[in-house]
Amino acid sequence: MAKITYVEHSGTQHEVEVASGLTVMEGARDNNVPGIEADCGGACACSTCHVYIDPAWVEKVPAKDAMEEDMLDFAYEPDPVRSRLTCQIKVTDALDGLVVQLPEKQI
Amino acid sequence: MSDIVVIGAGQAGASLVARLRNLGHTGAISLIGEEPVLPYQRPPLSKKYLLGEMELERLYLRPRSFYEENGIALLTSYTAVSIDRSGKQVVVDDRQISYDQLAICTGSIPRHLPQAIGGGLAGVHVVRTLADVDAMAPGFTQGRRVLIVGGGYIGLEAAAVAALGGMHVTLVEMSGRILQRVACPETSEYFRKLHQGHGVDIREQCGLQHLTGDDKTRVTGAVLTDGTELPADMVIVGIGVTPATELAAQAGLEIQNGIKTDARGRTSDPSIWAAGDCASFPYRGERIRLESVGNAIDQAEIVAEDMLGAGTDYVAKPWFWSDQYDCKLQIAGLNAGYTHVVTRRVGEAVSFWYYAGDKLLAVDAMNDPRAYMIGKRLIETGKSPDPSEVADAGADLKPLLRA
Repeated sequence: MAKITYVEHSGTQHEVEVASGLTVMEGARDNNVPGIEADCGGACACSTCHVYIDPAWVEKVPAKDAMEEDMLDFAYEPDPVRSRLTCQIKVTDALDGLVVQLPEKQI
Repeated sequence: MSDIVVIGAGQAGASLVARLRNLGHTGAISLIGEEPVLPYQRPPLSKKYLLGEMELERLYLRPRSFYEENGIALLTSYTAVSIDRSGKQVVVDDRQISYDQLAICTGSIPRHLPQAIGGGLAGVHVVRTLADVDAMAPGFTQGRRVLIVGGGYIGLEAAAVAALGGMHVTLVEMSGRILQRVACPETSEYFRKLHQGHGVDIREQCGLQHLTGDDKTRVTGAVLTDGTELPADMVIVGIGVTPATELAAQAGLEIQNGIKTDARGRTSDPSIWAAGDCASFPYRGERIRLESVGNAIDQAEIVAEDMLGAGTDYVAKPWFWSDQYDCKLQIAGLNAGYTHVVTRRVGEAVSFWYYAGDKLLAVDAMNDPRAYMIGKRLIETGKSPDPSEVADAGADLKPLLRA
């Protein structure tokens, strides 16, 4: 279980508890957090679950693989360090306190 | 505020009601679905869910609380029987639900094998609903023999899951090659080799003559069109779908390869819209129908906007994906009418670029998300790169997006 804070582009914050084993995308979906669309449902086939990881957390989130990196390169305004696809980040106790910022839009 | 009823609680229906609330609609919303479960994602059914790598709860598009908190009446296990257009009511089992505006998102229906050749035997499955997959999943055990009828994406995905589970898999495809209807020979060859490498026996230009059954109740094998007799413990049928238009047709709506809609999803009745697999719509001067999640979401959202009076035309941006073994296939665009294919290989990544003359139509990308994303953006913006650049493994294609 981890407490995750999703910060909408408008600044609205959603602080929710997400069970270990789910993804950060699923945590948003299951708690009705708007702004993470995840059109493909978590198959790493689109790039509509993009977020910016809070700088304090970038190092603590498991690294992205090559496929995610390539997909992110074409997300909306990606940041080479902070951008991630939330469907590829599994929640563990180690992510308790994670903060992610949502982009202006998903493409 | 108008009362809106949506028939069909698949991807399109679920996206439509969510968008209505998101746009601020405050009138009543009812979402009617035949299946006994919350709206869920279908693509994983033939992939991770069947593999046992994704549990049911994770398939749901939204938690139950979403519908409750948004005042959406979710009627699961209810069947819309008829539409009374003059009275503006949907007859649902034992009740009538009034609407000011109605959307039909009934999806598509898998083709079954005819009863006469054994389609009704136990152990013969189609892949469409959660119930379909739950019925076949217990049979996916090591050493069993499965016959897959149809070499489209559904059949190939099921074959991959079965092969990974240690089953003996035979796949028959009546046409000259697997994926013939949807892809170029190069893509067919890629997936033929991939499956053969995992021990799948692929037989092309070979159809099913009839299934054989034990006391005519449970499937035991098959006779193929080349005369071969095969034992089989189960059969999976992936021979395409037809749009679920019956309800709309009975109500007198115009049908043309699906429920006929205009660019905003409106049917021939000004109070009724349609979206998703069941709807045909204008696309680049033609009328098409798409069977994909991307289309279901985007078209449903256009319909929601149009219902609330802020309509824009739907410009489809077709995209698809398939997961088989360690291969992720991503497809951008529609390849209909292509004249030639350009191959790009970068290490293990392969992509096939479909051109009609100088014009780029579509890209099939195997484990090459860059090629997919670049191809998708190029196609959406009407740009066609020089084939020699595409074929040059050393060339970075990203600058083409700015050209």
